[in-house]
Amino acid sequence: MHLRHLTLADFRSYESAEVPLAPGITTFVGRNGQGKTNLVEAAYYLATLGSHRVAQDAPLVRAGAEQAIVRAAVMRAEREQRLELEINPGRANRGRLGKAPLGRPRELLGAVRTVMFAPEDLALVKADPAGRRRFLDELLVARQPRWAGARGDYDKILKQRNALLKSARGAPNRAAVLESLPVWDTHLAQVGANLIYARLRLMQDLQPYLATAYEEVSGGASDARTTYRSSLHGDLAQTIACGEVPQVEEIESAMHESFARQQAAEVDRGLTLVGPHRDDLELRLGALPAKGYASHGESWSFALGLKLAAFTLLRHDLDTDPVLILDDVFAELDAGRRERLAEMIGDAEQVLITAAVGADVPAQLTGATFEVVKGAVHPR
Amino acid sequence: MYEGVVQDLIDELGRLPGVGPKSAQRIAFHLLQADPADVRRLTEVLTVVREKVRFCETCFNVAEAQQCRICLDPRRDVRLLCVVEEPKDIVAMERTREFHGRYHVLGGAISPIDGIGPDDLKITELVRRLGAEPVDEVILATNPNLNGEATATYLSRLLRSMGITVSRLASGLPVGGDLEYADEVTLGRAFEGRRVVDA
Repeated sequence: MHLRHLTLADFRSYESAEVPLAPGITTFVGRNGQGKTNLVEAAYYLATLGSHRVAQDAPLVRAGAEQAIVRAAVMRAEREQRLELEINPGRANRGRLGKAPLGRPRELLGAVRTVMFAPEDLALVKADPAGRRRFLDELLVARQPRWAGARGDYDKILKQRNALLKSARGAPNRAAVLESLPVWDTHLAQVGANLIYARLRLMQDLQPYLATAYEEVSGGASDARTTYRSSLHGDLAQTIACGEVPQVEEIESAMHESFARQQAAEVDRGLTLVGPHRDDLELRLGALPAKGYASHGESWSFALGLKLAAFTLLRHDLDTDPVLILDDVFAELDAGRRERLAEMIGDAEQVLITAAVGADVPAQLTGATFEVVKGAVHPR
Repeated sequence: MYEGVVQDLIDELGRLPGVGPKSAQRIAFHLLQADPADVRRLTEVLTVVREKVRFCETCFNVAEAQQCRICLDPRRDVRLLCVVEEPKDIVAMERTREFHGRYHVLGGAISPIDGIGPDDLKITELVRRLGAEPVDEVILATNPNLNGEATATYLSRLLRSMGITVSRLASGLPVGGDLEYADEVTLGRAFEGRRVVDA
């Protein structure tokens, strides 16, 4: 698939912008702070309903404006579909697909799919598990949008359960407060087990693509592996770490068992200590964990390998290419990785690239170039 | 900002559910321009409603006497009891004219974030009713959202241990709707709750 145009109104620094796009490579060149990233962020937001830079919507709306609007036309298999999203901080966002207003913006998911690689992705290798969980869950949603609903439900149930645990901590009659805990256990285990199962299946499918992508990016090394570190107690966590995928029912009952064993600690801390929200995707190079052991260059290769693997997985899954976004990454890569990356993405249907200096982008990536100056986009 | 009492009115109206600042302003100016008799009638109803309306001592529906009209109706089937979250849910159920049993209003749903636990709902009263009345089946008609489902799970565990038949309202496809527009959760539920078609 590819975007045919992108229109912004009051999004970030843009009062309005209208960018015609075509298949192949499109490069946005401009000095820092001119608004290059804002353009690709808008495309990414349409695909994921989230930003790669901020968790809240408020920064996405231009200062002084009440709402931001992002519109796009997506071409997939010769058909054009129009999308519109109204971003209303503090209120419900509103989506539109073609002419029809949607009940929830969530229904926009799947209409356009993107894979973005940005400097922030180095955190996938170097920082906390939260980023790696987000990587898995975002890919899950990109593959099957219905997971957005399950993910949302899980968070809501988790908040309720944590609130109950917290209130039990301070209560004189702890047992009475905990009387309704099994209700939340049941619901959390049900949704959580399905989420863990889906993540494991996803990792199974991703692994071969990851090995290939890492090998190509790093120029020969082929030892990139992932392991799912589950917060479950007992043997099942071990089974999962060995790369096996248990049945949903097994995971569900292991969650119940872990809740039972952890109850005192959970009440003490007022937190749910078991579940997909506490799991980690461990990245390994051969026998060593990438975090702490990988060199700077290897870390970049790994992060890039994950994103390219996601791209290839979606390409095979969907029978169409997701839109590939490379935000400011060429400046971060050494010459060898730059060249190899350029080769790997040469056949993607659409690649949107941002760069501060045009010379950072390898010469073989030719296509349309736009200059971005103070929130205005001009073709070059 | 308006002066004194006008702003007070707008503020008070704005505290009502479903009324934003703009609607509050519109209602306030509508009241200022309306026929004084209309406004007087509204004022009277507002005053009387809090004094006159009480909650039924049996089912906690809104009532004007000790018991509501449904609990007093001898034609109602005492063996069926439908548990709902709010009195307004009773109105919705009654519109169907399908249900001839009686009701029990919980007064909300379990939600630890809002500090609402089972003790804050009329659950003790429900259990007491089940001990005293010849109920065969309890129908859980809490909302099909997370908190409503949690409340239903809680009640079904509690009531099954008492040996009472517990049923839950079916959730699934809206009548008159199109399959292609159903969201996946709804469609999934409809699959789970499918029935064999009698020839």
